[in-house]
Amino acid sequence: MKRPELISRILIITGILLAVGAPLFLWARTPLIHARMAEDGGWNPDVIQAETGKPLHLKLTSDDVVHGFAVGQMDMQSVDILPGKVTEITLTFDKPGIYTFFCTRWCGLNHWRMRGTIEVTGGSDIITAGGSSEPASVPLYVSLDLDIDAPHDSPVIPNEKPSAMNGQLLGANLPIDQSLDYYLSHSPYQVFTDLSDTSLTESQKWDAVAYLWQSNTTPESLANGKELYAQNCAACHGENGAGDGVFADDLAEAGEASMQTMEGATDMVMQTPVDFTDPSRILGASPALLQGKILRGGMGTGMPMWGVIFTEEQIWDLIAYIYSFQFEYQK
Amino acid sequence: MKEILLPNMNRIELTRIPFIKNTLKSRYPQLAVFIVMLVGYIFAILAGLIGTPVGSHNFSIVFVWIAWWAILILVAVPFFGRGWCAVCPIPLPGEWLQRGAILAPPDKRPKWLNLRVPKMFRNIWMQNISFLLLALFSSALLTTPNITGIVLAAMLFVAIGLSAIFERRAFCRYLCPVGGFIGLYSQTAPIELRIKDKQVCVKCVGKPCYNGSDAGYGCPWDVFPGGMTKNTYCGLCMECIRTCPHDNIAVNLRPFSADLAKPTARLDEAFKAFIMFGAAMIYAGVLLGPWGTLKDAAYNVGTGAWFMYAVIFLAIIFIVLPGLFTLGIMTTKGRQSLKQRFMSLSTALIPLGLMFWVAFSLSFVLTNASYILAALSDPLALGWNLFGTANAAWQPMLTTILAPAQTLALVVGLVWSARTAQKVNEAGTSTIPVIVYCFVATSIMLWLLL
Repeated sequence: MKRPELISRILIITGILLAVGAPLFLWARTPLIHARMAEDGGWNPDVIQAETGKPLHLKLTSDDVVHGFAVGQMDMQSVDILPGKVTEITLTFDKPGIYTFFCTRWCGLNHWRMRGTIEVTGGSDIITAGGSSEPASVPLYVSLDLDIDAPHDSPVIPNEKPSAMNGQLLGANLPIDQSLDYYLSHSPYQVFTDLSDTSLTESQKWDAVAYLWQSNTTPESLANGKELYAQNCAACHGENGAGDGVFADDLAEAGEASMQTMEGATDMVMQTPVDFTDPSRILGASPALLQGKILRGGMGTGMPMWGVIFTEEQIWDLIAYIYSFQFEYQK
Repeated sequence: MKEILLPNMNRIELTRIPFIKNTLKSRYPQLAVFIVMLVGYIFAILAGLIGTPVGSHNFSIVFVWIAWWAILILVAVPFFGRGWCAVCPIPLPGEWLQRGAILAPPDKRPKWLNLRVPKMFRNIWMQNISFLLLALFSSALLTTPNITGIVLAAMLFVAIGLSAIFERRAFCRYLCPVGGFIGLYSQTAPIELRIKDKQVCVKCVGKPCYNGSDAGYGCPWDVFPGGMTKNTYCGLCMECIRTCPHDNIAVNLRPFSADLAKPTARLDEAFKAFIMFGAAMIYAGVLLGPWGTLKDAAYNVGTGAWFMYAVIFLAIIFIVLPGLFTLGIMTTKGRQSLKQRFMSLSTALIPLGLMFWVAFSLSFVLTNASYILAALSDPLALGWNLFGTANAAWQPMLTTILAPAQTLALVVGLVWSARTAQKVNEAGTSTIPVIVYCFVATSIMLWLLL
């Protein structure tokens, strides 16, 4: 074979090998975490391994629409993941445990199902959910033995929005248990009935209840709750709490469809998001009950489990904000 | 006498320039381009298969359907005819296999089956069909990197397979979905490869340009240069320049659409003209029009709506457009049969069809050109930023000149087609129906685009 022929062949083969090999090599050594809408597979991979104290570098990309990334119960800013682009983030975990990462953008109806876990090992060998190696404390709704799926509507509702300011004017000498435990374990309606022995009018009693609720929260807590609500709850429950978020209609439709496939489950709760502006629904619920609903989620209803994502404090902030749809607080 | 033999007075022979001649005669410059193109082509396949599924950020989609398409339809075809075919890497691996060599002189004995393509396939009907197949799936093909990767790979492998079965470049000549329309529109280009003196060819012994010699391979496109009257089937591979022992091959600069004055159109070519003419209008409606239902139908391949779309697509191309054209020319009388007149007058649609494609392509190429910069910096969507342009924002380019440029292209196309119709028409019959037909089609296209 003549030299030019040989060189040509070598060049062509080298070119082909390079064109095939280089992309494959570079692709294989750059592991990406792909985000897709939940119905198309969600996160891939959805389980990530990490070690305590060692920085975890993640490269995230979206295969369809804009998604977001955040790790539950961790103090971090969520990041956006754009279609066809790569977002890099570095995380460091202090404690071993199983952390939940989740999508923070309303990417579609099943946005809430876009979750994955980061298994952090090292330090201590005990792994518990929630990223804490300490034994998890039992949530209040469990220690109170509340049936969070039982109907809890308030049989009486106020004629107008109870005012905490008016409640404050009634004086502090009302026969109300001022302890935190009392507030947490009682619904506004229960407090309302506890005031039945007083000489207050019905609307005055409701005002006193509103004042008790206001005195168990702070403006910071409400502001924090409002922000969490806007990011995480408003898509279904609506910006103003009326259960009319952008996904509400689709959820109801999807709910009807899934009901038809579940034989004998016709008495299941419909998947329409709860309306927080409905007084009978909220005034009949204690903070402990709402904590249970948020922690555990509404099984079979489309309401996700938030226990792995929000810290306890964040959940109480959210609950404080949810009650603000019912009460007039001091501005 | 010389003028009769060489009706080339308005030609400029580019191969008289030593630099051009030597560049074309040597195998190395072309080979170098081939290798670069092949590497790019294979990279595009890989990027389509392993890169991001997001079309607008995938190298295969951005480089094939935006960058390559823009160069092909806006520059290569109008100015260089089959210039793309001269550097297209698809035949390279197959020819290596077929010849057993890259540069070495051809063997006397064929290495593989070396069959002649059966006569019934020696036309461009297969290309018409392969183009229509891609056209019907185009909404999915143009936006889904995986599909683009698979189609690119399939073309490469089919070309290799056909090289082992048939002689010469059977894929390029008879099957390539792109080659069909490049050939059709290459007749309008101001570049041609032709012989200089017919008598030299007549007397030439052995016809090495067609049969090959130690200096090179016989025409890979199965064309005898001595008989060539139009660009359609000359792939500009330059093999005949290397093999001609009499230095009788020239590459000329010539007036635009010189081939269309004396049409030798066949029915397959006439229908190619209608396919391209209709497809440009349908694409403009589907991709640029405001009709969501139509877009959905075109995109959701395999659904009932898509089948409806496919039926309407084919009906417009094979029944409505040629039917109305036939009705138009039936109103005139001529010495030729209706079929003859249909074939020769359909030539008039070629310049307008090309300008339809130019106008349509301007729109989506300028709209999406900014994706090229981003894809260049991060071709595998792995988060690189090779040239600092990975995060270039999407922005339509030259929006102010888009509508005037499109209008200009269509008007030029209409005038060009009208003049072509007058040239091809035999004396005495009216070309008014053809011109009216072109005018109505141009108006529809203008409405679709603007």
